Amino acid sequence: MKSLKIITALSLSALMISCGGNNNQNGGGAIKSDIAEKVYVAPGEHDEFYSFVSGGFSGQLSVYGLPSGRLFKVIPVFSQDPEKAYGYNEETKPMLNTSHGFIPWGDAHHPDLSQTNGEIDGRWCFINENNTPRIAKIDLTTFETTEILEIPNSAGNHSSPFVTENTEYIVAGTRFSIPYPQQDVPIDSYKSNFKGALSFVSVDKEDGEMDLSFQIMMPGFDYDIAHPGRGKSHGWFFFSTYNTEESSTLMEVNASQNDKDFIAAINWKKAEEYIKAGKYTVEPANYAHNVYDEATHMATTTMKKEVKILDPALPGLIYFLPTPKSPHGCDVDPSGEYIVGNGKLSADLTIHSFTKMLEAIENKSFEGEAYGIPILNYDDVVAGVVKQSGLGPLHTEFDNKGNAYTSFFISSEVVKWKLGTWEVLDRKPTYYSVGHLMIPGGNSRKPFGKYALALNKITKDRYLATGPEVTQSAQLFDISGDKMELLLDFPTIGEPHYAAGCPADLIEPNSKKIYKLEENEHPYATKSEADAKVVRDGDIVHIYMTTIRSHFAPDNIEGVKVGDKVYFHVTNLEQDYDVPHGISMIGASTSELLIMPGQTETFLWEPKQIGIWPFYCTDFCSALHQEMQGYVRVSPKNSKIKLSWSLDGE
Amino acid sequence: MKKSQILMLIGTSLLIGLFVFPMWTITLGAPQYPEPIGMNIWINKIEDMNPNDLKNINLMNHYVGMKEIPEHIKEFEYFPYIIMFMITLGFIFGFVGKPKLYLVWFGMMCVLGVMGMYDFWFWEYNYGHNLDSKAAIKFVDDLGNPINYQPPLIGTKIILNFVAKSMPSTGAYLLFASMFSSIFSYKIATKKLA
Repeated sequence: MKSLKIITALSLSALMISCGGNNNQNGGGAIKSDIAEKVYVAPGEHDEFYSFVSGGFSGQLSVYGLPSGRLFKVIPVFSQDPEKAYGYNEETKPMLNTSHGFIPWGDAHHPDLSQTNGEIDGRWCFINENNTPRIAKIDLTTFETTEILEIPNSAGNHSSPFVTENTEYIVAGTRFSIPYPQQDVPIDSYKSNFKGALSFVSVDKEDGEMDLSFQIMMPGFDYDIAHPGRGKSHGWFFFSTYNTEESSTLMEVNASQNDKDFIAAINWKKAEEYIKAGKYTVEPANYAHNVYDEATHMATTTMKKEVKILDPALPGLIYFLPTPKSPHGCDVDPSGEYIVGNGKLSADLTIHSFTKMLEAIENKSFEGEAYGIPILNYDDVVAGVVKQSGLGPLHTEFDNKGNAYTSFFISSEVVKWKLGTWEVLDRKPTYYSVGHLMIPGGNSRKPFGKYALALNKITKDRYLATGPEVTQSAQLFDISGDKMELLLDFPTIGEPHYAAGCPADLIEPNSKKIYKLEENEHPYATKSEADAKVVRDGDIVHIYMTTIRSHFAPDNIEGVKVGDKVYFHVTNLEQDYDVPHGISMIGASTSELLIMPGQTETFLWEPKQIGIWPFYCTDFCSALHQEMQGYVRVSPKNSKIKLSWSLDGE
Repeated sequence: MKKSQILMLIGTSLLIGLFVFPMWTITLGAPQYPEPIGMNIWINKIEDMNPNDLKNINLMNHYVGMKEIPEHIKEFEYFPYIIMFMITLGFIFGFVGKPKLYLVWFGMMCVLGVMGMYDFWFWEYNYGHNLDSKAAIKFVDDLGNPINYQPPLIGTKIILNFVAKSMPSTGAYLLFASMFSSIFSYKIATKKLA
């Protein structure tokens, strides 16, 4: 009996101990609300940071606020957007012109913000296109794409754009090496024959206009990511390469054989000297330059016909830094001294020293050369290695306290380590498989060390399920303390490859509210209702229309015939913030127009049937939005009817 | 020159401010206008408080049938002359130096002020009543009579979704100051004599 009592007592106590482990619940609750406060931006308040996140295969650039993770805008860049009529209205169609014709889609990868003196200045955001090689510039006063420059001699544009510290240059680098010039050869003649073009695009100091300054035809590797030197290393640009094996098939195996690939260090100041000295060739090319003019609200395409090419073997121009193993990111720390090679297929992070690199060049410590380009001795340029830090390092960002944060795709984590001592300080999991990170100001001399955003590739169970295709996820970390703290998890549009962020007060005060009607120089603008008219030019009809709350002028149009090409040139006469008007026409093979105050936009309608056809305002503009509509009478092709137009009978 | 004279002259010259500053401001705030829109009324014109405000006020008001704020009303033609006349008179009286004249000037200003306020009230009355019969939105009160949108003469009034504020502006304050100077000059002058 006694033993039974003892057994019972022991079992009961064992049960109690195992169930008593719930004491942490109250602690969990308090910590949870603490974190919630850090990301809660109360109704009516504004976020601290803008973050510009690429849409990847959506082709667009999204704008999120941090710390709330709220989506403010999806800026159309390389893909048509029927919501804003980008690539649909007559004015913006030219933006998507290329040497291959009009391309309605692009693959938008890496946004980067303009800088002055190594600090983000909030003027422009640049982003590259990976499929049809291009770079776009987005004006941050209007959050619109105002320029797209195609890159010739490239196939895919990956190591791009990445801004130098005074926005002197942005770069482009072909992901895929191809024959130069293009020719009909067998694919397996790749090795030693194909070339990879690296391009330097200058940005005008005043208006930001992009111009392809020069290209360098590099050996046939794949060019992955790039970053500019800054501070002491300003004047150099670093490009990571993979596929130094120069394979052209089953690359997942064949491009992963060499245990070291290269980071190419390019001295662009030296390149400028060579250009000045005339040591370049001018070769024919064919690439589109599309510019959107904010005064005329129209884009025009110019085809550029030539490009300056530099020989990569020019002395002192380029040096190769051996880096394990198929490195993805090559990231430069805020001081410009350390160049981190994130060796995607290695477990270690390799950090090169800029000072040691200059010494090695001085002392000619080369371990060989590739295609005339010196390969620096690995041991003479390495500053340190962060050992066994994780699996699949991709990208390193920096804070303002000498810490580095690296994303590890395979082990799905972010690792914090110290520059100089190379010791790992902290690691946190991401959900799941992080690609790139973003610390606002991370690619500059002055990062803002408060938040880090992890952009993940795999989402699985993080959010409510939405069928087989699910959104991609992002996690926001607080990096202000010694250890990283996960604050927020939010979904992102398309596939965010990369992001760039900055404090809100660098951009918000300059954000335009309306377009001034008196500054509108659109050739078909109508600046008052009295000037509204309809004009026939053969079988082309131009309607000069205005919108204001809550009617169109004219709103009754007669005399249009089947087979006409009817252009609606609509000017929004409002001069009040956030009062756009839309317009759509039944049967028009295009999207609606969404017109901002003071702006003029055009769509084309080709009526094919006789009758009375309505048009209406598509953006809820006022209490009488439902009444904002009009009619067009379409008569038979051979009708003798004359054009007439009116508003309320006049 | 006596102190009272100097004060009278300074006071009169303050009226010049009416040519340099607006006299009155009416603002309209609403949930959808976190930054209120408004108009500045001068002695010879009505202007936007911020760019495009008048245009936007007219747009808001047309739904209920209010007329557009006129660019020109006949008061703007003669107000400046009345003010110039009073300035001239004030200077003359100041130089002459007879305190009784200061009182006369003050009295004239009071009369003109009251007339001005009545005129303003009347303009506001017309503006808020006499609505277009074809107006899209017609609000009525509990008795079924059409409501009016007369802005307040001075102070705050809620009109539909707007909070309307009608307040004197710098010009009016200078005018009050000039009137105050004139009566104060009279007081100083007469005290001294006594």
